[in-house]
Amino acid sequence: MGLLSVDPGLVFWSTLAFTLVFVLLRIYAWKPILHALKVREETIEFSLAAAEKAKAEVEDLNQTKTQIMNEAKADRDDMIKEARELKQNIVDEAKSKAQSEADKIIESARQQIEREKNEAIQEMKRQVAELSVDIAGKLLEQELETTDKQKAIIDKYLQEVNFN
Amino acid sequence: MRHFKHVLVLIAILFSTQIICAADSHGEEATEEFDPMEMIMHHIADSHEWHIISYTNGDGEKVHITMPLPVILFHDGQLNVFMSSAFDHGHKVVNKGDLNYFMYHGKIYLTDAKGTIHYNDEHEVTNAKPLNFSITRNVSSMLLSVLVLLWLFIAMARKYGDKPSTPKGIQSVLEPLILFVRDDIAYAQIEKDKADKFLPFLLTLFFFIWINNLLGLVPIFPGGSNLTGNISFTFVLAIITFLVTNFYGTKSYWGHIFWMPGVPVPIRLLLSVIEFIGLFTKPFALMIRLMANITAGHIIILSLFSLIFVMKSLAIAPVSILMALMMFMLELLVAVLQAYIFTLLSALFIGMAVHSEEH
Repeated sequence: MGLLSVDPGLVFWSTLAFTLVFVLLRIYAWKPILHALKVREETIEFSLAAAEKAKAEVEDLNQTKTQIMNEAKADRDDMIKEARELKQNIVDEAKSKAQSEADKIIESARQQIEREKNEAIQEMKRQVAELSVDIAGKLLEQELETTDKQKAIIDKYLQEVNFN
Repeated sequence: MRHFKHVLVLIAILFSTQIICAADSHGEEATEEFDPMEMIMHHIADSHEWHIISYTNGDGEKVHITMPLPVILFHDGQLNVFMSSAFDHGHKVVNKGDLNYFMYHGKIYLTDAKGTIHYNDEHEVTNAKPLNFSITRNVSSMLLSVLVLLWLFIAMARKYGDKPSTPKGIQSVLEPLILFVRDDIAYAQIEKDKADKFLPFLLTLFFFIWINNLLGLVPIFPGGSNLTGNISFTFVLAIITFLVTNFYGTKSYWGHIFWMPGVPVPIRLLLSVIEFIGLFTKPFALMIRLMANITAGHIIILSLFSLIFVMKSLAIAPVSILMALMMFMLELLVAVLQAYIFTLLSALFIGMAVHSEEH
């Protein structure tokens, strides 16, 4: 049957055509195409891995940032706290200093007053004594016009006057 | 799918026998009765001229417009090259030196100066044939496919620059197919470190068969040749697969063929015979499968169209066209499917041949 008989001419041309296509496509098409596909696949794979890595790095960076922020916050809080304490201390100190100063002043004022009071008392005593002596002198001048009288009065006064 | 195909082939055969009967019964009445069998056989066979269109002119003469093709003949150390138009569609004897060539039913025979054809008892031509290396319709169709393939893939390959980029235009059409052949045929059947070596072969095989299948389906001038349904063509492809498979066969592959390990000696002997036959049945099946599938498709479509002329009624035309349209769709699928099956099985055979020692 015609359908199943092999025709040598067509066999020859088929072999030639297939070999030609195979050789030409192998050099000019399959090699560059397959190479490009492989390169692209590797690039995609590599890029994906790089993206994954970058993501992880960003994650890391974010964590570091948060950590640093937290530390900074803590530092700031500490500093504020310290400043507050310092302020309190200074105020307290100032207060106590002022208090003691005031106390000192009051004390010294009191001592001054005491001293001046004592001095005044001494002065008064001295003046009273002088006055008394003066009065006594005048009285004596008056009274002691007579010796008896003088005597009696001296005794009387001496008894009355209480030195303390 | 294959069963469906077989059923269709059966239907086609039934149809064609009925058509022959119908043609025979009317044969005596009309002088120029339409013979679908002859038309179909003429179409699926090879030819020395490329038929473009035929029509009947005003004088009632049949005019055939054909493209003449080069005829290359070799006989007795004499090489003759001339255009097929010299035969005047099989009406003239071509005389070259002391040799006379005559084309009878599309085949070229050596005859006497008058072009006498001798027959034997079974009405077969007994004239001697020269060695025919002509650029026939099938060969031209194949050369056209070679140009298409080279243009497609070299144009595609040129689009790839140094840097990887997204596929555009022709790349986005062909790239998935190339990746399909690479990942689902080559890498799936052959060990991955060895597959790359066979990839260009498998890719060429797939696209060569596929493009030629598609060209065969084009109903107008540059297409329509039944190249992939021609046994000479499938024979070449099968032989190439056979050679590649056995050339790269490993020690363990040959071991499994001639001295199957792990079975008793009598069975080994039996198996070696079976495996040896298997060496040849595998490419043989490849050859027949492609040829039968494509030829069957052509026969069915042509049979469906013949219905119109056999019935001599335009009323049947919508049915014919609708069914032929369905067949065309199916044939488009078959075109890629057969290319896939041929490539897949080739990859499978190569994969078995290059398989390494361990299991």
